[in-house]
Amino acid sequence: MNSSSAQRRSSRRVLPGFGLSLGFTLAYLGIIILLPLVATFAKTAGMTWAEFWTAVASPRVIASYEITFGASLLAALFNVPCGVLLAWVLVRYEFPGRRLVDALVDLPFALPTAVAGIALTAIYAKNGWIGHCLEPLGIKVAYTPVGVWVALTFIGLPFVVRTVQPILEELEPELEEAAATLGATRAQTFRRVILPALRPAVVTGFALAFARAVGEYGSVVFISGNRPMHTEITPLLIITKLDQYDYQGATALAVVMLVGSFAILFLIQLMQRQGTRRARA
Amino acid sequence: MAGNVSTLAYVAKHRQRRSLGDPRWMRFTLIGAALLFAGLFLVVPLAAVFTEALRKGWGAYFAAFADKDAQAAIRLTFLAAGIAVPLNLVFGLAASWAIAKFDFRGKSLLISLIELPFAISPVISGLVYVLLFGAQGWLGHYLAAEHPLFPWLQQWLIARDLHIIFAVPGIVLATIFVTFPFVARELIPLMQAQGKDEELAALTLGATGWQTFRRVTLPNVKWGLFYGVVLCNARAMGEFGAVSVVSGHIRGETNTIPLHVEILYNEYNTQAAFAVASLLTLLALVTLVLKNLVEWRHRRALEAAAASDIRQFAT
Repeated sequence: MNSSSAQRRSSRRVLPGFGLSLGFTLAYLGIIILLPLVATFAKTAGMTWAEFWTAVASPRVIASYEITFGASLLAALFNVPCGVLLAWVLVRYEFPGRRLVDALVDLPFALPTAVAGIALTAIYAKNGWIGHCLEPLGIKVAYTPVGVWVALTFIGLPFVVRTVQPILEELEPELEEAAATLGATRAQTFRRVILPALRPAVVTGFALAFARAVGEYGSVVFISGNRPMHTEITPLLIITKLDQYDYQGATALAVVMLVGSFAILFLIQLMQRQGTRRARA
Repeated sequence: MAGNVSTLAYVAKHRQRRSLGDPRWMRFTLIGAALLFAGLFLVVPLAAVFTEALRKGWGAYFAAFADKDAQAAIRLTFLAAGIAVPLNLVFGLAASWAIAKFDFRGKSLLISLIELPFAISPVISGLVYVLLFGAQGWLGHYLAAEHPLFPWLQQWLIARDLHIIFAVPGIVLATIFVTFPFVARELIPLMQAQGKDEELAALTLGATGWQTFRRVTLPNVKWGLFYGVVLCNARAMGEFGAVSVVSGHIRGETNTIPLHVEILYNEYNTQAAFAVASLLTLLALVTLVLKNLVEWRHRRALEAAAASDIRQFAT
């Protein structure tokens, strides 16, 4: 213990650039990220409690929370089985085009959200490729909450796949062979052996997809129709308030969303830390 | 793109484990269901962009780019990415050097703060700069103050008539904010995995600190660096929400490519909107190709290193 801390101290002295690099890092972080965030929180400090409450809890705002968090939750939940399936197929099976599909999984990360928004709207509109098939069935997607869900499912698609994939790759096949030797059916092996190993990764992927969906703007505004009380998401409401010069109202909403995202981020980190501790044990 | 999804550090462990003799019907059903999902949510949107863009033929397709406002939007997007990416590259190198090569208190807090922009809605990333630099914000109050803290600074700012919000500087700032973590997030785990033995050896052999960084550290992380820059650039050029809040949407002046797409689309000029959007889609596809190329190169380099280790061990 003693010798390692002595070593640490000596290597800090030997390698140069600690002050410079850390100083630059902190200054840049402070100016670009922290100062604007502090300004945002400071802005709400000037509001009275009653003003803040009306800004963040009026019926139109509550309706926007419901669609934002509700559609995000459903989209992330839908991505759990689909993401595990996609990861399973990509890791375990060989089929033509496997590498192409593997590469395409990252498309929602790489494709600008506005492009995703107009493309999904074109597909699911009344005369679109999928929209015109659903129309006779009485299912409307574009300009309804279902459209919001479609956009958020697209945005969150890579998260579960990419968190589960490395775990599946490292899963020892011997475990499954052992289970099979002991008489377990394939379904039992999956439920009792594979699924428990994947659970932490699935939960992390779900949380990341959910967090991403809650803040999403670009892909949703085109397909949602943006009707107040119906398909208006909270990020759009912030922009609406800004356009009406209601800076305090916009800021109050932003603070609520920021606190929410920080809480999700904190939970994700807590889960990851527990996951690595369990892996080490 | 939050958390620790898909970093090069993961690729290091990448190994394929093939099927364990699942029955044919099961394999086909699962592959079919997965392809249906991927096709519906990934391939169809991709195909829709190009179909809509070419609906009126190649002439109309290229006409969308001949437009003066479209060209101004393309120039502004390149300018914003051209400033944001190099700045975040320098930051990424500095942050990963400090975090990976030294021990200090609060390191994990610092890493969390660096990843913070991933957790923030793009709309809020734009809003924070409006609150800081807008007419209603701190800068606005300062410019309008009767007894400012530094009168000369107020005079200087008023004389320069420098606009940040609804102008190009705001767009650049918002782009820097949303792309802030990309390079750092790739480099930190990579440099941490590599440790500092090679740097210490170089210093012992008489290299200066700068030489060590250039000749030892940089070559070691070059693929991670490239990877981070590619992802950072894709996000910088495609950012919509944050830029939308600070831009003010002045045609030909403060519109980036995604904002130009939005304007065309809202004017029911659908074909032109998709033509311009196809440019961003091509950028996304190039990004995916480069990303996979880097992962492939990186894996081969690791396998070669592992093989030579085994050979050394054997002899």
